[in-house]
Amino acid sequence: MTSPGDSGGRETWPLWEVFIRSSRGLSHVHAGSLHAPDETMAVRNARDLYTRRAEGVSIWVVRASDITSSDPDAKGEFFESPQGKEYRHATYYSESEAVPHL
Amino acid sequence: MNHSNHVVSTAITAESIADSSVVAPEAVAQYALGLGDDALVLAHRLGEWIANAPELEEDVALGNIGLDLLGHARSLLTYAGTAWGQSEDDLAYFRGEPEFRSRQLFEQPGGDFAATIARQLIASVYFAELYRALSLSTDPTLAAIAAKAVKEVDYHVDHSVQWLRRLGLGTDLSHERMQRGLDLMWPFVGELFQPDPFATDLDGIAVDPERLRLAFDSLVPRLIVDAGLTVPTMAAAQGGGRIGRHSEALGPMLAEMQVLARAHPGATW
Repeated sequence: MTSPGDSGGRETWPLWEVFIRSSRGLSHVHAGSLHAPDETMAVRNARDLYTRRAEGVSIWVVRASDITSSDPDAKGEFFESPQGKEYRHATYYSESEAVPHL
Repeated sequence: MNHSNHVVSTAITAESIADSSVVAPEAVAQYALGLGDDALVLAHRLGEWIANAPELEEDVALGNIGLDLLGHARSLLTYAGTAWGQSEDDLAYFRGEPEFRSRQLFEQPGGDFAATIARQLIASVYFAELYRALSLSTDPTLAAIAAKAVKEVDYHVDHSVQWLRRLGLGTDLSHERMQRGLDLMWPFVGELFQPDPFATDLDGIAVDPERLRLAFDSLVPRLIVDAGLTVPTMAAAQGGGRIGRHSEALGPMLAEMQVLARAHPGATW
């Protein structure tokens, strides 16, 4: 499996992942990726590519190769094991009549 | 993503000027025309980088700066045109080279990327000082156009400074080309601060370019030295853009910029 940002040496500028916070109080959300020579220019390129229509109040960039991700081929063991385990949800349990204010 | 259009729509635009009943006084229109031409010509030069920049991201960055400048040009030309019953398109597409009043820096061909950065650095610092001063104009339309432009050109300065430093302090080749770019554009610095013949009788309305020189001189040479480069010393070019005197570069540029509008007058899309 190749890691994100690995383009086989074709690119001279590294790949960056961009996260935009759309307004105060919300979390940064992944907006896309871009190329830039360094982190300072990556923030500026992100500003030009992803905030032209007043989409954000804050930008994070992270070098794509610095992201460690789960293995897409391991979907089964990573993400499908909760199936059939409804008891992991609070809604699985019925309310106790004797306990008010739940 | 949220598209907060209201953020954009409260600022002055060419459309809001055209839709209003404002009419520029003759002298103010003459002054605005020169400023509009500066922005229009440089916007077109930056547009020449579309699909030609070294990287896709830089293509977008230069395109964005060009579009900001085009916005300034549209507002200024629309405002100027109110004095003569002419639209921004009339002024942009149906005047000949001697009628253009742009200072000669703006029409200089971009050359390589470094030359474009040199041109943009000089232009952006000049615009930032100009619009900061013009935002205090007693003409409310000029003041509003300038106030909107200040935030945009401050970012343009930052973009140029980032690249000046990276090219100046980068490889031997990038350093050499950045220096060559500065040397190419430097002769056109002086003209920016020469008196504007259309600003002389507009006390409190127009900005005297000479008073912007000090801020430019205290910033740009230091930026150049900090980037490991040498402040050029070549003599100033003859100038005269405001009175229609241009370098050989403007004619071919206008021919390309105007050909479509002239081949299909009144066409819309």
